[in-house]
Amino acid sequence: MADNSPNNEYWAANIRVIKICLVIWALVSFGFGILLRPLLLGISVGGTDLGFWFAQQGSIITFIVLIFFYAWYVNRLDKKFGVEE
Amino acid sequence: MDQFTLNLLFVGGSFALYIGIAIWARAGSTSEFYAAGRGVHPITNGMATAADWMSAASFISMAGLIAFGGYTTSAYLMGWTGGYVLLALLLAPYLRKFGKFTVPEFIGDRFYSPTARMVGVAALIIASITYVIGQMTGVGVAFSRFLEVDNTTGLLIGATIVFFYAVLGGMKGVTYTQVAQYCVLIMAYTIPAIFISLQLTGNPLPWAGLFGMDVASGEPLLARLNDVVTDLGFREYTLQDGSPAQVINMVLFTLSLMIGTAGLPHVIIRFFTVPKVSDARLSAGWALVFIALLYLTAPAVGAMARLNITDLMWPDGPSGQAVSVETIDTDPKYGWMETWQKTGLLDWEDKNNDGKIQYYNDAAPSLQERAAAEGWAGNELTKFNRDILVLANPEIGNLPGWVIGLVAAGGLAAALSTAAGLLLAISSSISHDLIKGQLNPNISEKNELLAARLSMAVAIAVATYLGLNPPGFAAQTVALAFGLAASSIFPALMMGIFFKRINNYGAVAGMLTGLTFTLVYIFMHKGWLFIPGTNQFPDTIEGSLLGIQSTAIGSIGALLNFIVAYFVSNATEEPPQEIQDLVESIRIPKGSAAATLDH
Repeated sequence: MADNSPNNEYWAANIRVIKICLVIWALVSFGFGILLRPLLLGISVGGTDLGFWFAQQGSIITFIVLIFFYAWYVNRLDKKFGVEE
Repeated sequence: MDQFTLNLLFVGGSFALYIGIAIWARAGSTSEFYAAGRGVHPITNGMATAADWMSAASFISMAGLIAFGGYTTSAYLMGWTGGYVLLALLLAPYLRKFGKFTVPEFIGDRFYSPTARMVGVAALIIASITYVIGQMTGVGVAFSRFLEVDNTTGLLIGATIVFFYAVLGGMKGVTYTQVAQYCVLIMAYTIPAIFISLQLTGNPLPWAGLFGMDVASGEPLLARLNDVVTDLGFREYTLQDGSPAQVINMVLFTLSLMIGTAGLPHVIIRFFTVPKVSDARLSAGWALVFIALLYLTAPAVGAMARLNITDLMWPDGPSGQAVSVETIDTDPKYGWMETWQKTGLLDWEDKNNDGKIQYYNDAAPSLQERAAAEGWAGNELTKFNRDILVLANPEIGNLPGWVIGLVAAGGLAAALSTAAGLLLAISSSISHDLIKGQLNPNISEKNELLAARLSMAVAIAVATYLGLNPPGFAAQTVALAFGLAASSIFPALMMGIFFKRINNYGAVAGMLTGLTFTLVYIFMHKGWLFIPGTNQFPDTIEGSLLGIQSTAIGSIGALLNFIVAYFVSNATEEPPQEIQDLVESIRIPKGSAAATLDH
């Protein structure tokens, strides 16, 4: 289906950016906040370590940035592939 | 003016405001009742979503759990915010494009199966009722203190008020009411936190104060907190228990809260109400901004309150003398202890009759020698319900009376707004999905609205009844609701959008497996239908059936859901062409229209 291919390309580009965002999402929370915290013990932040900061604040701030980045990026994709409303 | 009058003034004034808005914005048509005519701006919608979202669990309960749990409870912070990333990336824009009103409607259409829709309705109702039970716990705590009535009366008053404005307003009333509630609750949460952060660290920003210097000692606040709690035999506040069982449970718990967030119908329903697909993505971002204002403050509230409580119990420091019973009885700084003692949620007992109240961990080996030498007979701060911490915080920090009244109003706003949003989701799934979609498709608009209102009344009666005997602190009960949503609704929605190959059999089998597994596991550890004493296993990591606590099991339920749906779908025939076209069309924003009520 020839007329469908821009939509497929759009979808592939969308999946790509979703994957990148989800890797960062998992890295700051499950990674820095929990599993990798022992590796970050050396970096001290206000009486404790960087992993603790990520678990309590850093991950939340990253989540906000991720959503606005995604909204901005996909709006551009919408226009590029001519699928905007 | 005494504190009681002041509380009444704040609580009464804020309620009058919400009910006034609900009446002003009274819903006229079914379309307005469910989705506010789609005229809601992303920022407004974000604020309303935030109010809807931040319930008694976030406002009243969470900081108390953080204060006494330390690092491990960061799962609540990451879990209840990280879900918005999943919502914005994986669900919201596509559900908005799909353009129907309810979550079961999407499930029913995408999986071309009334059975799938009914399973969706069941999952939604089970998760939402569990969630409302948690709210009722919070409402009970708040009213028992501020109206100086017993828990049961408080619950009944709260239930009546929620019922009235949810019924009167529908979604439109709820949207604008919730904007007002957000403003009340965020002020109520941050103002006392700013005061306390200034007192302890000199920094007016609580989230910066948490990682700042403690003015009294000149050390970092968290370092001093670690010192005083370990001196009393408690776990170091910021310490991570690195044992595999603990780490696995924390990961699964965080994940369960995240995917539960993205599967909760009352949050998803919000994204049906924005004008455009691109607005749905932005709405999720704005919602998280407004939520983060509270979530970045909560860990500061928890840590600072823990420090204040420890300092009050040990005025000369943990190595000095404990506070005397006489001081607690006479010093106005300890007045909060007396008022909370009346609710039965806080208590102390001078076990060794030395006229002092020793607050320490009597199970800690490091304190046995000192306890024996000084004649301590166990921890004498015998009861400290975690759910009172946020409400008692302004009194613990000795803040002015109006702040205490404001916190009362904020806590109730949080509990009531979420309860109203959930009741709306429950009522719309019963009247719209079950009755109109299944039992009686020819029902008139008027009767559909009547059915919606009746089901709200029934739902609130059930939740109030179960709320009298809750399965845990407010935030823990709510966490169970997230596990249920995570195991049933999120996987079905996500697979419906991202995997064309998933068919009706796969979706139904997946949802039933995930939901049944999670519900049975929760009941086996929390009691069947949450009736205390009917559980087969203790709800601890060591004692539980699979080494996973009931609050974390939703992740495993979701995983089972994905696996079963995948294999069953692949073993049966492909979905029909028109369904594959439907999936294609929801993936692109172009051609989105206002939702229709018809099929």
